[in-house]
Amino acid sequence: MSGAARPRVSVVVFPGSNCDHDAVHAVEATIDADARLVWHAGTDLGRPDLVVLPGGFSYGDYLRCGALARFSPVMDAVREFAEKGGAVLGICNGFQVLCEAGLLPGALLLNSGQRFRCEDVFVRVESTRTPFTSFLGKGDVLRLPIAHGDGNWRAEAAAFEEVKANDQVVFRYCDVRGDSTPEANPNGSLDDVAGVCNRGRNVVGLMPHPERASEALLGNDAGARIFRSFAATLLGLKSA
Amino acid sequence: MKVQVTVVPKSGVLDPQGKAIAGALTRLGFPGVGDVRAGKVFRVDVEAKDAEEAKALAGQMAEKLLCNPVIEEFEAEVLG
Repeated sequence: MSGAARPRVSVVVFPGSNCDHDAVHAVEATIDADARLVWHAGTDLGRPDLVVLPGGFSYGDYLRCGALARFSPVMDAVREFAEKGGAVLGICNGFQVLCEAGLLPGALLLNSGQRFRCEDVFVRVESTRTPFTSFLGKGDVLRLPIAHGDGNWRAEAAAFEEVKANDQVVFRYCDVRGDSTPEANPNGSLDDVAGVCNRGRNVVGLMPHPERASEALLGNDAGARIFRSFAATLLGLKSA
Repeated sequence: MKVQVTVVPKSGVLDPQGKAIAGALTRLGFPGVGDVRAGKVFRVDVEAKDAEEAKALAGQMAEKLLCNPVIEEFEAEVLG
């Protein structure tokens, strides 16, 4: 039985990533992962079960957030891994990189309020059909921290219709009761979208930082549910 | 040759910077300021045999890297 094997997690480090060590710590603490950092210039992801593109400011956010990281050598390996169905989680800047790389739909614009927002928000689970939400309930409300200046997710009208039709909206901003209101949306994103997945459902990106809210010691462990969901999904896959 | 690529948020895409600039221009007394699009300008030295080739290169640069078509549009021109 391989069910007891520790999940292998590779966290990509771009020049300017700054949540990479937090991501490693979070998956070690929450799902006892065998986690490693992979420098962006490398091309060997190391046979992971999960690839995390962490938050930060890759390439100083030059040109557009995530636009230059997309051309890092490691991204060819990430693309290949994702296309084979490998689980990829993009957090904040990692979400921006995945959108720029075309692995996720849409793009992230400057926050509508033009300010960097660093605070806790609430998100509602909109789809449980991803490895990161399959053990959560649809409609569950998670309190998670955000820290971004460019989180205003957009897609062209036709593309967004497809996203909705394919159940690719994974998280939406909401208030503590789970209701979406203009005040609950910190960045003006289209239809309160906080996170989306690809058509294959194995690649997920979100603006909030689950890795910063993964332990009771930090005052909030809601983010741990996302990592635990992945571990449980993986176990299910392995024992299936 | 030198080419110039201008990238701005597409019409219909909210441009908070442009909106703030429009407000400031209006407050300064400029009459009838409408929509403002705040973008980026890239001036690139390229090797090309003529202006046509240079412009084509600029367009490819925009499509592959400088412009994200989901949210932006571009104009490519040859400066000489």
